[in-house]
Amino acid sequence: MPSQPERPVLLTGWGRTAPTAARVVRPRTAAQVAEALAGAGPRGVLARGLGRSYGDAAQAAGGTVLDCTGLTGPIRLDTERGEVTVPAGVSFDRLIAHLLRRGHFVPVTPGTRQVTVGGAIAADVHGKNHHVDSSLGAHVRALTLALPTGEALRLTPAGDDPELFRATLGGMGLTGVITEATLAVLPVETSHMRVDTDRTDSLDATLDLMSRTDADYRYTVCWVDLLAQGGAMGRGVVTRADHARLRDLPPPLRRDPLRHRSGTLLAAPPWVPPGLLNSWTVGAFNTVYRGAAPRRRRGQAQPIGGFFHPLDAVRDWNRLYGPRGLTQYQFVVPFGAEETLVGIMEGLSRAGAPSFLTVLKRMGAATEGHLSFPRPGWTLAVDLPADLPGLGGLLRGFDERLLAAGGRLYLAKDGRADAETIHAMYPDLPAWRKVRERADPDGVLVSDLARRLRLL
Amino acid sequence: MRDSVGTVRTVLLLGGRSEIGLAIVERLVREGAREVVLAARGGVEEPPSAPAALGATVHSLEFDATAPDTHTATVKEAVALVGDLDVVVDAFGVLGDQAGYEADPASAARAAAVNYTGHVSAGLAVAARLREQGHGALVVLSSVAGVRVRRFNFVYGSAKAGLDGFAQGLADSLHGSGARVLVVRPGYVPTRMSAHVDPAPFPATPGQVADAVSAGLRSGATTVWAPRVLQPLFAGLRLMPRPLWRRLGR
Repeated sequence: MPSQPERPVLLTGWGRTAPTAARVVRPRTAAQVAEALAGAGPRGVLARGLGRSYGDAAQAAGGTVLDCTGLTGPIRLDTERGEVTVPAGVSFDRLIAHLLRRGHFVPVTPGTRQVTVGGAIAADVHGKNHHVDSSLGAHVRALTLALPTGEALRLTPAGDDPELFRATLGGMGLTGVITEATLAVLPVETSHMRVDTDRTDSLDATLDLMSRTDADYRYTVCWVDLLAQGGAMGRGVVTRADHARLRDLPPPLRRDPLRHRSGTLLAAPPWVPPGLLNSWTVGAFNTVYRGAAPRRRRGQAQPIGGFFHPLDAVRDWNRLYGPRGLTQYQFVVPFGAEETLVGIMEGLSRAGAPSFLTVLKRMGAATEGHLSFPRPGWTLAVDLPADLPGLGGLLRGFDERLLAAGGRLYLAKDGRADAETIHAMYPDLPAWRKVRERADPDGVLVSDLARRLRLL
Repeated sequence: MRDSVGTVRTVLLLGGRSEIGLAIVERLVREGAREVVLAARGGVEEPPSAPAALGATVHSLEFDATAPDTHTATVKEAVALVGDLDVVVDAFGVLGDQAGYEADPASAARAAAVNYTGHVSAGLAVAARLREQGHGALVVLSSVAGVRVRRFNFVYGSAKAGLDGFAQGLADSLHGSGARVLVVRPGYVPTRMSAHVDPAPFPATPGQVADAVSAGLRSGATTVWAPRVLQPLFAGLRLMPRPLWRRLGR
């Protein structure tokens, strides 16, 4: 009897747009990764983590997708060297829980704990401390990369192949499959943050406060209200924080200072009607959210989860955007290009873009990654319903303004830019391609993102 | 492939001179498509200027609806030109004239080959490619003429009925493959192809059909009607008693 062809699985990014089908295999060891790479078909192979890239970065239409969440195992913390070695499929959720119990924290965390270590390195993720600590790539001391050629290389910033190391930070999984990584860790006394909060009344006030006080804190971020009308557009809630010392905690919390709870409080329903999030509902949410924030508060002790990953409390929150999904637009413009930043924010505001999580942040030094996103400047991230009328044209207009201002888009968030735009935004792309061709001479590694943006 | 805001990059039009097909292509290019392949018998020597003017690259390809042996090769050539096929518009066909068909039965069989069997081989060739690439949409131009066949154009109507059924079955067979089929059921559309027949009620322009297709591709619909009123209308007409249906004028 002929064997049944394996049923393909439809995959999307976190935005739930543009599904494509692939054969999914779940390796549990580096040897199984090598086996899957060796057995690649004509449509290629790609590693996928927890699927938190918003667009098409973690799908490979017609090919084989390696679900790398099975690449787990013991986490090895070396407190003397201040580093942790972890299998690439381990989530930040598990890693953070493991480290906090032992008085340490990850050097960088994105806005969700639901990412794998491998995926985080492949996207060179950043967090609220970018202006001080740069992105995750700056804290990767070593990584093990499985190549389609069958080799498994241990790469370090100053090792035998520093160029391949660079190309892998932010390389979107297209240089090989990361199977293990060693990251620097940060010692902490408590699992709490000491948070200062300020409410601002206008965009100018927001930008001014952030520019003036950024350097005083390890972590800063601003939630922005784009739907407020007139001069109030861009008002926001600026939160800045440092890790709380033991003495910063109120006495009841001192008894168990490293106590950490992950897990979710709520789950979004499996089906939500289209159009639930519109400029009316999100406008109302924004007003309530901002109103609930204190005008000025100093030294509040807040648990790490609530400060870094508030949306992790709502499982599958991406479903709130309805069956047509969402697209996230995240860009960075250099300091000095505030006019472009403000212009795009005004454009989003005029379009009535119902983004309930609009985040503004100042970025610091870049890492060495050829395709790594962060650059010194302002970064804005906006969630938009994918079926917002005229969205494609609106964002293409923003792309042009970004290009003119020397800005760029974040590949891990993108699902719609065109190839020429991205090529112009990433001048190191030709150098990256050379390294990649050496690592993957037969072009086995591929993603929908790479095809759409002609990265390979 | 379709991007996160519903824009596609490549379009293949089978029936490269079809007015409705070209209106759909123009609409997709207006929305951001960048590579267009127009496939028709003898190629399309003088493609319409709109897609190129809107920034798309337009390719021409030889495609003979009546030569089913060549259809798989035609699809391969299109892939060689533009890569993955994001949208394939299956728009070829002939309307002809019922009286002429009755006078020349062989001509009726040839028309049926263009309007039905040609789509079977072309549709399966396209579907195989879409399944392999794991994404893509096949837009099939059916017609209300096939929803309930009328005595005034039953040669054309019966071929469209076959095509409509074929497309629905193909859609179900592709379920879960990442590829999909959108069945389009326009009513009377005044074009060169229909210039010789009397106008029917509830006409649609090629542009309106293109709008319906664009909306259907975005919403994930399996069937669209143009104009939309034809869907409830034909739900009623399907129930009309035969003696009355037989007497219905054009």
